[in-house]
Amino acid sequence: MRPVIPTDPERGVARALLACACLPLLVTGALLLVLLLETADLLRGVPPLELLLGAPWPPAGGGRPGLLPLVAGTLLVALAALAVALPAGLLSAVYLSEYAPAAVRRALAPLLALLAAVPTVVYGYFALRFVTPLLQGFVPGLADANALSPGIVAGVMILPMVTALAVDALQGVPRGLREAARALGATRAQAVLRVVLPAAGAGIAAAVFLAAARAVGETMIVAIAAGGQPRLTANPLAPVETLAAYIVHAARGAPPGDLDQQAIFAVGLLLFAGTFGLNLIGNWLRRRGGEAPG
Amino acid sequence: MPATSAQPSPSAVAVRRGPAAGQSSAPKVEVRGLSVHYGATRALDDVSLDVPPARVTALVGPSGCGKSTFLRTLNRMIDVVPGARVEGRVAIDGRDVYAAGVDVADVRRRAGMIFRRANPFPKSIFANVAYGPRVGGLAAGPGELEARVEASLQAAGLWDEVKDRLEASALALSGGQQQRLCIARALAVRPEILLLDEPAAALDPIGTQRLEELIHRLKSTYTIVIVTHNMQQAARISDRTAVFWLGRLVEYDRTDRIFTAPSQRITEDYVTGRFG
Repeated sequence: MRPVIPTDPERGVARALLACACLPLLVTGALLLVLLLETADLLRGVPPLELLLGAPWPPAGGGRPGLLPLVAGTLLVALAALAVALPAGLLSAVYLSEYAPAAVRRALAPLLALLAAVPTVVYGYFALRFVTPLLQGFVPGLADANALSPGIVAGVMILPMVTALAVDALQGVPRGLREAARALGATRAQAVLRVVLPAAGAGIAAAVFLAAARAVGETMIVAIAAGGQPRLTANPLAPVETLAAYIVHAARGAPPGDLDQQAIFAVGLLLFAGTFGLNLIGNWLRRRGGEAPG
Repeated sequence: MPATSAQPSPSAVAVRRGPAAGQSSAPKVEVRGLSVHYGATRALDDVSLDVPPARVTALVGPSGCGKSTFLRTLNRMIDVVPGARVEGRVAIDGRDVYAAGVDVADVRRRAGMIFRRANPFPKSIFANVAYGPRVGGLAAGPGELEARVEASLQAAGLWDEVKDRLEASALALSGGQQQRLCIARALAVRPEILLLDEPAAALDPIGTQRLEELIHRLKSTYTIVIVTHNMQQAARISDRTAVFWLGRLVEYDRTDRIFTAPSQRITEDYVTGRFG
């Protein structure tokens, strides 16, 4: 009899690790499959155009229209969030990357990262109980639930991410470009505005898209503070419902098998497609930014 | 190339003590008792040296000897290095560039700088050369900016190669072309002095040769100070050579004397390649 040659234990380890690495992909694939199947099922009963644009549907809550108001609400909240996070994030990134002494940068960066550790449900109550009443003091016509307040707070929530990504983009700009500009007599501000920021353009655009993905997908803040009323409006002072918040509210209320329950999957698919697309563009831009001239 | 300086050169010791005696023209740059610290580290120690106008002065020495630091003190680019502290005096045309109230941008426009790695902006060829005049508000009239850009590219020997693609990205140029573009960009603010920090370090032999020819052409108009690691390059292109060693100026003399009859043992060891 020939002796049995033991298989290389290293190969077993590598396989186990590979399986672990594939697990998230499998789960995402399964998720996408369920979303697609359920949505297809739903579309057999409701024509796609009607699902998006109108008709008194879904039925729960009595005569609410289609998904368009949810999309509008999502865009409204996301735009408010970006209006806060982009200027603030970009300016703090410019400060941290171009102006702050190394000691300040080392102290501030972890503090900003800490903001990301606040649970979003806390932000939600903060928006409802603090920011909205505060804003009502000087914004006439601001409803108790509205798009503006959760939008602003969601902006604060994504601010650390925008800042961190923008700092990465700015730090990726070769030091030689700053030196070239300064050696030509440019002030620090001129070097930042005319050389560093344009050179970091792709990375900063990536930050915009990745932040937008977070804002579009943000759920708890809007579920708590935006009002839960699907409304086709561009008025940020009125109550709205977003795609993500609709899922929370519908999942809580509708019985299984209900049309509302099925609509969750369609809404989920739309949300998934939106955030996935934004992330895809963002990561592509980020890689392109990483290939900036050395 | 023969050394063209006809001025009597003081001995290295005399140079280190004070102004050179018997120079026929005033030095373009006058450095006295210059020391630079990075935090607690001393990078330059009590350096005094005169740079003559319309000549090429080479700064040589092993890595970390302070020659690049010295170059950066001349146009105050040392200011952008965090933690750098400068003592002593640097004067261009007799005016102290570290005096209170001096416009740093003006100093840097008078003494343009070229870096080790070509660092064109990721913009068009035209926008690269136009950058300095634009941020400085130097080109007022219509067509003036275009004229400046063309003249600078001509002077840098790049015009014929790029005149048909001024709007193309500067990054599409070869390494040697990029370095000459950086020189054109520096010339566009009409400097009097050019400070070159190992400009050929990343270039191939052909790019290096074209750069050296360009430096030779430019030296009748500009005062040139060049840091180089390459002894043969210093011998080929410079009129005067300063040897740095551990932050000190060891010897400063006409290039031919540095290479044939150095007065210091360190100079001889260095130029003959005994260390480096």
